[in-house]
Amino acid sequence: MKTDIEPTSSAAGSPSKVKTRSTGRAGDKIFLGLSRGSGIALLVIMAAIAAFLTYRAAIAISKDEANFLTTFEWNTGTSPMRFGIAVLAYGTVVSSIIAMVIAVPVAVGIALFISHYAPRRLATPVAYVIDLLAAVPSIVYGLWGALFLVPHLTGLYTWFDDYLGWTGIFSYQGGAARSLFTVGILLAIMILPIVTSVSREVFRQVPKMHEEAALALGATRWEVIRMSVLPFGRSGIISASMLGLGRALGETMAVATVLSPNFLIETSLLDPGGGTFAQNIASRFKEAGNDGRDALISSGLVLFVITLLVNGAARMIIARRKEYSGTAA
Amino acid sequence: MAKRIDVSGLTAYYGSHKAIEDISMTVEPRSVTAFIGPSGCGKSTFLRTLNRMHEVTPGGRVEGKVMLDDENLYGSGVDPVSVRRTVGMVFQRPNPFPTMSIFENVAAGLKLNGSYKKSELENVVEKSLKGANLWNEVKDRLNKPGAGLSGGQQQRLCIARAIAVEPAVLLMDEPCSALDPISTLAIEDLIGELKERFTIVIVTHNMQQAARVSDRTAFFNLAGVGQPGKLIEIDETERIFSNPSVQATEDYISGRFG
Amino acid sequence: MSSNAVVDKGGSRHGSSLQQARLPRWAPYALVVVSLALGAGIGTALGMDSPFQWGLFAALVFIVASYVLGAVVEGGRQARDRLATSLVWVCFLLAVVPLLSLIWETVDRGRTVLDGYFLGHSMEGVQTILPGGGAYHAIIGTLEQVGLAALIAVPIGLLTAIYLVEYGRGKLAKAVTFFVDVMTGIPSIVAGLFILSFWIIILGFSYSGFAGAMALAILMMPIVVRSTEEMLKLVPDELREASLALGVPKWRTILKVVLPTAIGGITTGVMLAVARVAGESAPIVLLVFGATGINNNPFEGAQSSLPYYIYEQWQLGNEASFNRAWAAALVLIAFVMILNLVARGIARWKAPKSGR
Repeated sequence: MKTDIEPTSSAAGSPSKVKTRSTGRAGDKIFLGLSRGSGIALLVIMAAIAAFLTYRAAIAISKDEANFLTTFEWNTGTSPMRFGIAVLAYGTVVSSIIAMVIAVPVAVGIALFISHYAPRRLATPVAYVIDLLAAVPSIVYGLWGALFLVPHLTGLYTWFDDYLGWTGIFSYQGGAARSLFTVGILLAIMILPIVTSVSREVFRQVPKMHEEAALALGATRWEVIRMSVLPFGRSGIISASMLGLGRALGETMAVATVLSPNFLIETSLLDPGGGTFAQNIASRFKEAGNDGRDALISSGLVLFVITLLVNGAARMIIARRKEYSGTAA
Repeated sequence: MAKRIDVSGLTAYYGSHKAIEDISMTVEPRSVTAFIGPSGCGKSTFLRTLNRMHEVTPGGRVEGKVMLDDENLYGSGVDPVSVRRTVGMVFQRPNPFPTMSIFENVAAGLKLNGSYKKSELENVVEKSLKGANLWNEVKDRLNKPGAGLSGGQQQRLCIARAIAVEPAVLLMDEPCSALDPISTLAIEDLIGELKERFTIVIVTHNMQQAARVSDRTAFFNLAGVGQPGKLIEIDETERIFSNPSVQATEDYISGRFG
Repeated sequence: MSSNAVVDKGGSRHGSSLQQARLPRWAPYALVVVSLALGAGIGTALGMDSPFQWGLFAALVFIVASYVLGAVVEGGRQARDRLATSLVWVCFLLAVVPLLSLIWETVDRGRTVLDGYFLGHSMEGVQTILPGGGAYHAIIGTLEQVGLAALIAVPIGLLTAIYLVEYGRGKLAKAVTFFVDVMTGIPSIVAGLFILSFWIIILGFSYSGFAGAMALAILMMPIVVRSTEEMLKLVPDELREASLALGVPKWRTILKVVLPTAIGGITTGVMLAVARVAGESAPIVLLVFGATGINNNPFEGAQSSLPYYIYEQWQLGNEASFNRAWAAALVLIAFVMILNLVARGIARWKAPKSGR
């Protein structure tokens, strides 16, 4: 290490200078090679994930006697296999939508609370705690959901049934509240921190001068938020929600602990039943044979593609927003 | 509806730091009053106490009285929101609402205060843009975003937005410091026209500007870093620039410091 | 003058006073008390036993009452402002309740069995419906798997970030940046399925801690890249130029100047990434398979891990194992939180430039 520095600093004869440069160059080449190699390794891993999942999924689907997209069953122990993702797609989408409908408004509210409403002494610790809560492992949410949330929701669901049961969607037959709606609530609680902290970041970046413009016109606090903060933060809220949606779609263990799965689409969201891609994989894996594992991989591939699309959309919105605020400023 | 401002014994704080101390002055209606002084002397802070924008800053606090004709802005039961509606403000950097069109920007203040008929709104927007000498430049693109205008046009748009709600007083916080000389000239001409209708207070770094546009000039100074800013003197602009009664004013104006 | 009409009109509209009828400052607080009382009243009247439902009623009463009061006394604009304020506060409280409950339940139920014995023993030979046993094997498993994952992910992540910040300009860098973002969004179960298909099904290896560690590494890499990238970007270019101008080769500049400057932030990022994957259970279910006994060798045979242990004990479905699940959850949360707190501590401590 020392040898290649000394000649440079002492500026000795030209041969050693050349030598220094060449070792420097060799070092540079090696280092560049290593770091570029790591970048390439990352790309290779991504490609491999897509390739291997597709490969195994293709094997599974070719053995599937039923329609992969529309079948309401998952029989992979039998030969020939009959399985389809209809129930899983429904359950995944519905529980995620419920989660979004609950979480996004609340998260925006909390973000505004931290950035514009809370007294300063409260805002900083609240923001800190929310960030910490994003780190609570999903299995702990699952445990809490199964042992605490589920028993506490029966009252609410009975109430829903009394007043909204006629809709069919909110009818409830009693029993443990281990339904898609409960999953939605739990997912909402889980994605709340991430949606909150991204939105809060965006709200904090709203230039003071835009807010002062509204204030100086005689706007109330809410009008300032409506005129300056929300328009500025809209794309940020959207991308935060998409990131949250990506998490909700792929959440595994919390759903697996809370949901009481069956392979049916229930009309009521409150009655137990249904399933999600990730939950189905985790719950069935131990009993699955070789073909069964491939079948699960095929459903995992669908989940992979969906989350890719959602996250891609979120990233695009963020990127466009960067451009926009870049030119505007 | 220009009104007289009568400040007495005004002190403003940021948290525990005293930014300006014991300022008393009178601002005459239908005239331009300029605030000059070195950086950090509290002239902008003082300006922001005149429409209760100072207290928006975390820790911002004010003691003393600001009478607008016969009402104390800091009296009990006074709503800062109505104060800011009565005392308009134009900022250092042009700040049109980025997501709104030119039309919406000018109409923004009116829309806050209840529903207007569309024709009524169009009327006010046109008058305000004409009042801000911007109408001819933007009349064909009222629905384009306000952020697409040049800096000087944006600043005049902000002035149009401020005068659309017919304030009694118009505060301007270094309105030309972010603009090129030609846009600056346009704004200075505009100030000359606006003083027919409004009480105007302008903070400026540029002494020539103060001399050009103002009728009266107030000089602020501070004793040292960390010391509160104080009003040194206020007088007819001509007198301040030719024959000020305080030595510090003369030093500052002749460029001996600051 | 053309603007005279406007002046007159505006003048007539607000020639009035700056005074506004306002609710007294104590009004919201009084309203909170009243709505809490009403909420409890309505709750009991309707026969609802959960204080949470009472709270919901109280919140509803508060929102409606403050809006109506505001509208009557102060007018529509102020009322809407009050409505927004109370909604935002209710959002905050609504979110805090479940999150506090989660922490409270975990601590309250976890501490009943959490002791030295629990931390020092495995589940080998323990009757699952009886109390006893511990999570030692799971703790070992978690530490080894997360450690291995970090060993794989941190060098690749660091070097990739260095490539992106110090070298990357062309198409390759753009592609890497894009796919790092994509990778951040991969669900953990998908990462698990990938290793399953590649390592276990195709290459024929058996379930092991190492297989799980590879999946965790995939989840860790993008986090490490992102946070390191952010930190390296914060290093001022003047520092790089100063070093290069002295004739120091670029790679030594990076190693001796850039990295040491950013090391605090990088450490924080790595620790947060570790905390994040330490809680992952989905890939463990697929790849490590779970074990009741102690297996110190992550390369051979099934292991357990804390998240997996929680899942397993929950599945057993009896009071004794629930208690063990809560205790393990408490250990896991404590581990993750300590990592988080230390990481944030380092970030704060290293934040000023004096950190170099």
